[in-house]
Amino acid sequence: MRARAVMALPYLWLVLFFLVPFLIAFKISLAEPASGIPPYTPLIESGAAGWRVHAVADNYRILVADKLYALAYLNAVEFAGISTVFCLLLGYPLAYGIVRAPRRFRGVLLLLVILPFWTSFLIRVYAWIGLLKGNGLINNMLIALGLVHEPLALINNAFAIYVGIVYSYLPFMVLPLYAQLEKLDPALLEAAADLGCRPWRAFARVTLPLSLPGIVAGSLLVFIPAVGEFVIPDLLGGPDTLMIGKVLWDEFFANRDWPVASAVAVVMLVLLLVPMGFIRRLLQGERA
Amino acid sequence: MITRLSPFLALMLVVGYVFLYGPIVALVVYSFNASRLVTVWAGFSTHWYAELLHNEAIRRATLVSLEIALVSATGALLLGTLAGFALQRYRRFRGRALFGALATAPLVMPEVITGLSLLLLFVALEQAIGWPEGRGMLTIVIAHVTLGTAYVAVVVEARLAGFDRSLEEAALDLGARPFKVFLVITLPLIAPALAAGWLLAFTLSLDDLVIASFTSGPSSTTLPMVIFSSVRLGVSPQINALATLFLVAVAVLVMVAGRLMGAGSRPQR
Repeated sequence: MRARAVMALPYLWLVLFFLVPFLIAFKISLAEPASGIPPYTPLIESGAAGWRVHAVADNYRILVADKLYALAYLNAVEFAGISTVFCLLLGYPLAYGIVRAPRRFRGVLLLLVILPFWTSFLIRVYAWIGLLKGNGLINNMLIALGLVHEPLALINNAFAIYVGIVYSYLPFMVLPLYAQLEKLDPALLEAAADLGCRPWRAFARVTLPLSLPGIVAGSLLVFIPAVGEFVIPDLLGGPDTLMIGKVLWDEFFANRDWPVASAVAVVMLVLLLVPMGFIRRLLQGERA
Repeated sequence: MITRLSPFLALMLVVGYVFLYGPIVALVVYSFNASRLVTVWAGFSTHWYAELLHNEAIRRATLVSLEIALVSATGALLLGTLAGFALQRYRRFRGRALFGALATAPLVMPEVITGLSLLLLFVALEQAIGWPEGRGMLTIVIAHVTLGTAYVAVVVEARLAGFDRSLEEAALDLGARPFKVFLVITLPLIAPALAAGWLLAFTLSLDDLVIASFTSGPSSTTLPMVIFSSVRLGVSPQINALATLFLVAVAVLVMVAGRLMGAGSRPQR
């Protein structure tokens, strides 16, 4: 009975403002665009002939027929996937380094990883524009050092998107890895060493497999939101970037085509449901 | 010997922290640049800070953003604490799986999906029952409470998981009523998590561009929206100055929160 009293308010709130909106998005994805407010046709029409359900699959047909959309989905998955791998390659040694650091430094090191997460995401993406631009800091430095003679193309391309995603989402990778690696009993590695195992082999055979839940959790925490990322491709990827989050934004704000924007969102959500289910199970497993 | 920091890991720590903080340091340094060009150093100046203070659009948007962040962080704290409490303490109730999913999904849900869906809900609601009237601060607050609730719930749940329940049981044994136990025992013990959760919800709200863009109306332009439209036109030292002030404010807040938490309890384990 007490359970019901405690959870009623947040439960109702989340159902109304998180679950129901997706159902409405799905409903509108079956409508036709119309001029007026709101700019779509109603799902149920009441006319002289009584009630009639008016649902069309046109918007989904557009997503399939126009290669641009399929490409945008694929690009988004590719950008997010490759960025996740880079995030892991940088985040794993970082998390492991913090675990191995002298105890008194650990708290500070961990705080330093979390701190950027508390500052503005928009500002951190903006910071990279100044670094990567044609006449930006990195190019100026490379030219001053005589390493290159003309500015490298570092921005408005895929490279800048990778940098942006890895930079913005690194804390999400490091934290679950740290939590997992911290639990690892050093006696296991000592035992491996005593039995003649070399450090790298011990890492591959003991540490890596035991940290797998952290790797999966961190990768999903980076991958899922990165797929729908809008700010990073828009500011760092340049105007021609084709990523699905940006396509959705443009359909809504530039083309004002709400039904197609809804269909784009519904398909993205369906694609992400499986990885989201995993993350829920991982989080629950940790609690149990 | 085996738990020592190897040279490779030490190097990776340096690389990692330079990567994390290099861009931020460059951003701050160039906010004090006399030149309009963000990338050419032309001497020290606080010119851009002075100009920033006289920027009426930014001043107004800052006030709007702060108001939204204060209200929505407080709402998220209330709902998130209840949600975290329910998820940690009540293992079995009807709809728990759905509740758990709803309380964690906002953490990873791409913002464009959340923002668009919420806007569609608001439009549909307005059509059906006439509420909310148009979009503005209220709709942004509702959206941010929803997002913040998930973060607060995770933080509170984690804190409750590492919590010694014998104190509560002792109080109950001594005849305290459950609600009183919650007020005098549980609440003070999870206070650091509540402070962290509130701050997290506050900064998330202050920083959100995507969801606010979908759910805002013509009269409610938030600070990130102003920054974004300015950044789209190119880098400007004024934005660097604004970013620096923002970073200083966050650093002070986090340090104060860290002190409070450090005083309240040792870190877990």
